[in-house]
Amino acid sequence: MTAGPLRRHTFVVYVEDKPGVLNRVASLFRRRAFNIESLTVGHSETPEASRMTIVVRTDAIGARRLEANLYKLVNVVRVQDITVGPAVFRELAMVKVTATAETRTHVMQLVDVFRARVVDVAPDAVVIETTGTEDKIDGFVEVLRPYGILELVRTGRVGMMRGARSVMIDPDPTEPFAPDPREDDGRSDDADEPGEGDDPNISYSV
Amino acid sequence: MAAMRTGAQIIWEALVREGVTTVFGYPGGAILPAYDALLEYPVRHVLVRHEQGATHMADGFARASGQVGVAIATSGPGATNMVTGIATAMLDSSPLLCITGQVGSRLIGSDAFQETDVTGVTLPITKHNYLVSDVDEIAPTIHEALYVARSGRPGPVLIDVTKDAQQATTELDWNPRDVKLPGYRPDLRASDAVYRRAARLINGAKRPVILAGHGVLLAGASAQVRELAERADIPIAMTLLGIGGVPARHPLNMGMMGMHGEAWVNAAIQEADLLLALGMRFDDRVTGNVRTYAPNARKIHVDIDPAEFHKNVRVDVALAGDLSAVLDDLGPLVETGDRRAWRTAIADMKGDVAVRDIQNLPDSGHLYAAHVIHDIWRMTGGRAIVVTDVGQHQMWEAQYYHHDEPRTLITSGGLGTMGFALPAAVGAKLARPDAEVWVVAGDGGFQMTMAELATIAQEKIKINVAVINNGYLGMVRQWQEFFYERRYAATPLLSPDFAKLAECFGLRGETVRTRAEVEPAVERARGDERTVVIDFQVEQEDTVYPMVPAGADLHDMIRRPSPAPIVETARDA
Ligand SMILES: Cc1ncc(C[n+]2csc(CCOP(=O)(O)OP(=O)(O)O)c2C)c(N)n1
Ligand SMILES: [Mg+2]
Repeated sequence: MTAGPLRRHTFVVYVEDKPGVLNRVASLFRRRAFNIESLTVGHSETPEASRMTIVVRTDAIGARRLEANLYKLVNVVRVQDITVGPAVFRELAMVKVTATAETRTHVMQLVDVFRARVVDVAPDAVVIETTGTEDKIDGFVEVLRPYGILELVRTGRVGMMRGARSVMIDPDPTEPFAPDPREDDGRSDDADEPGEGDDPNISYSV
Repeated sequence: MAAMRTGAQIIWEALVREGVTTVFGYPGGAILPAYDALLEYPVRHVLVRHEQGATHMADGFARASGQVGVAIATSGPGATNMVTGIATAMLDSSPLLCITGQVGSRLIGSDAFQETDVTGVTLPITKHNYLVSDVDEIAPTIHEALYVARSGRPGPVLIDVTKDAQQATTELDWNPRDVKLPGYRPDLRASDAVYRRAARLINGAKRPVILAGHGVLLAGASAQVRELAERADIPIAMTLLGIGGVPARHPLNMGMMGMHGEAWVNAAIQEADLLLALGMRFDDRVTGNVRTYAPNARKIHVDIDPAEFHKNVRVDVALAGDLSAVLDDLGPLVETGDRRAWRTAIADMKGDVAVRDIQNLPDSGHLYAAHVIHDIWRMTGGRAIVVTDVGQHQMWEAQYYHHDEPRTLITSGGLGTMGFALPAAVGAKLARPDAEVWVVAGDGGFQMTMAELATIAQEKIKINVAVINNGYLGMVRQWQEFFYERRYAATPLLSPDFAKLAECFGLRGETVRTRAEVEPAVERARGDERTVVIDFQVEQEDTVYPMVPAGADLHDMIRRPSPAPIVETARDA
């Protein structure tokens, strides 16, 4: 059931580095009808565990249910919802954009303004790398679009809590299921949306 | 130096060391090495007639005993035949270990003969699963799998073992390494503050109801629930799978709630000011429309699985933990209560027995399923283990057989799996050989797995089978009657002569058509050392009353139209 405003929740999930674990996590989202906005996975500070950053649009209760469901996967080691932060979120993008003799200087100026980097130069195109929040990347992509984007790849969000605390070593000691009172302090930059409510047309079977 | 063993031997050695005495299975190429080694180990292997039967048997074994049930099958079709039984165990939190053979590890991914991605297929219907292709991983994996299956919220676990891992040899140093699952949280405990909030709500409630679910049985918390209810004077309603968790005859036990629960039990829930949910999950079959469910009640939800909290119904206090441990800690905080006013109000709702929906059958001279169940209950003293199938007969069993002991009703609640009863009863009987075991099945569901009669004959298993033969897929017919203008599409059912059928398996069969024949037939079945199948030819278009239509408000039940009282003999009282 859903209740309360939908917002973008960012989870840090440590999983045992074993075959098939990514599939288990993805399958859970599908089965419980959660929509993944982005999922990244890679190495972490410990060799036994991979670290995922998963972004899901859901309400406060949904987020805690998701956390509880993730913990039911035997290979999941640690889950932390870092939405209410304070946390740092970043995404990396590479853009291959048309850059002819006439447009090249304009493109290079934009690269400067956005503190991006050119990582490949060809006669008619450049490949630009940029890192930042999704908003910054959205903005960068928009200003490049008129020049002709040939290819675009974005990694999806990665995130980390600010400060000295480690998700693995000293996780947030939350109650095994109590919606987090911090959830609704409005500190997140992810816009709220009205909840969907229950579907009145659910049909049950015999 | 440790002895050399094949992977196949290690499978059995590990199971034996873990205390497994009985497995249910069916051989085939990819599991053949394991079967070859079986002969060397003290394990009773029950050869089933279909791998679905093996999983239901293991499930019945688990539900009757509380131990993990073990099923074994070959790759490909053997494993896929297990899917229904695994899903059944998953939805009812039943601890199962399924071991399947897999093609050789070098063939994996090649679409080799009888290759199926079994860990992929079963991923969403197991608590966890493993693909093992290294002989040294077999023993530790079995140890871990059994631990996962029975700990926390129990569930089915599957191990897919490649054929080469079964054939390889290794030095078995039997020293089960500690299970190391750093993120697995089977033993949560809520903070003291949560306990205090729960206790405050309970102590302040004027119209509380305890909702007792399967968790009461799984946690072995029957005595504690009873003690709490008695001390605080709180009436109890049970889910289908909670039946037996509190004795039916206990004065505070109101009986079953939900879709086919008594109307006054549901009315009590709707009027409650507090629901104390113990090991149940607010399934749609017990809540009806969640928007209008118990609108004035605060809700305390105790469950071992925090993923259940707020899933279907928003609650005020979510208390995670093993129910038995939770009640140890919660009990002392709950004050002695006297809620006579509330009990009186409920007794008024219960009203005159003559207007009740249950135990209120028209006497047309025909045989009714309720008569059959009632008589079996009376003649077995309410002490049999009854294993039901799915359909109308299942609901009548729940209404008319009064269970006083935990683990004496075994039924597929969450998945509603037709074909469950006969094989599950075999498992229950092997888990509790001294118990009297009755199957109550419909003519439809019985035919789904009746081939297991051959298993029963071969294994010389003694159970009794009551086929409630109404000539219809009765529960579906009932929905057609209520919601599809009596258009009986594909529900009339022609069946074989079940009594003769039993005879051809070398068992005994009987047919019963009138109420007067019920008692002697049941008596003969109980006295026979063979399994007896009784074909009870009951009223065809009988209906389970009362009923909350799916998705309707819980208090908005379809009631029995005619209040004509059943004509009962003196003995029935
Ligand atoms: C495997 C399976 N298929 C279909 C259903 C849907 N279903 C639920 S009850 C029922 C009718 C059962 O008929 P029967 O076994 O004769 O029992 P009755 O309701 O007549 O007592 C059916 C088809 C189911 N629960 N399980
Ligand atoms: Mg029938």
